[in-house]
Amino acid sequence: MAFLRAVGRFVPERVVANAELAARLGCEPAWIREVSGIVERRYGSESVVEMATLAAADCLAQAGVEASSIGCVIVSSGSAQRRFPGPAAETAARLGIGGAPAIDLPVASAGSLFAMALAADLAGRFGRVLVIASEKMSAVMEGAAPDRNTAILFGDGAGACLVDAAEGWARIENFKLHSDGAFADHLRLDFNQGLHMDGRTVILQAARKIPAAIREVLQAAGLAPADVSAFLMHQANQNLIVKVAQALEAPPEKFYSNIARYGNTSSASMLIAAAEWRRENPQAGGPVVFAAFGAGFHWGALLALGS
Amino acid sequence: MTLQERIQAVIRSVARKPAPADPEESLFESGVLDSFALPDMVSAIEKEFGIQVPDADLNPRKFDSVARIAGYIEERAS
Repeated sequence: MAFLRAVGRFVPERVVANAELAARLGCEPAWIREVSGIVERRYGSESVVEMATLAAADCLAQAGVEASSIGCVIVSSGSAQRRFPGPAAETAARLGIGGAPAIDLPVASAGSLFAMALAADLAGRFGRVLVIASEKMSAVMEGAAPDRNTAILFGDGAGACLVDAAEGWARIENFKLHSDGAFADHLRLDFNQGLHMDGRTVILQAARKIPAAIREVLQAAGLAPADVSAFLMHQANQNLIVKVAQALEAPPEKFYSNIARYGNTSSASMLIAAAEWRRENPQAGGPVVFAAFGAGFHWGALLALGS
Repeated sequence: MTLQERIQAVIRSVARKPAPADPEESLFESGVLDSFALPDMVSAIEKEFGIQVPDADLNPRKFDSVARIAGYIEERAS
């Protein structure tokens, strides 16, 4: 058994509004909002490790537990600064969790969901598993420039979630994870290249796979979308979030969204959203559904019930 | 109604714009469909023609024009 004990987040201070980006990319700020729902995003000077450490510290403070009690750390990042070592070990060291296994998960957008699922299974062995997702997408955008449709989307930030074997505000009931490498080329970040995203394929696939994964976890628990108190999705695009809500015939207001303020922070976005939703709804329990889709393709959903 | 006419009717109902007169013309480049209307169009095609498009076939190229959609439907029916 595993519980969601706390969630935390960090976002850099510097706000990059659509107007600034539009001037650079030669488009209209209103167009960015129309096609994505994004109004602004954050670009930071902090590294992936620094943001991960700050989000984790926030999470641990929310939980009221000492870093020394953490048995395992999983860090998801698709924008780490080097091939190896990844940010997990350094983040753990900065948190004072020396010696505990620190695992990197370079899965990009669905990374935090995959990390939470792994943490649910690892909690029985390690007790407390700290999941962190940290993304410095501004550095990716500064490299070989992606096309305008892609460059408008991304921002920096980090989120964290403490999965605890003993207690928490929600119990992880089940999860469904999927991968399909047949579409690996459609969304990828090659070495020394810009981010490549075939948006039409991504949206077409995600619009079907995310609702299907959500239905899988709900049906396994004998629940319907109407029973869910909140859907906490990867914040990829507001139009996609609305499309998922429509596919599930669920009220869109149940889908927490902060993409207008932070853009798409890749794997960090779902945990940043979870942290802000939790602060705004401290008494809320389950059922809560987490869902994500991204490069790979990797996708899935996780269901947590009130404990 | 011919197959292409039925497809054009589906596109019109989803996009709320007429499909291009040229069946080879791209639905995206012509501005008839955008990325977020595409999943709706594929679902509407499935419903209209009683087919299930598997995830492996969810590639925009297969649905880029009336002619390509017609070819896909005929392929599924054979």
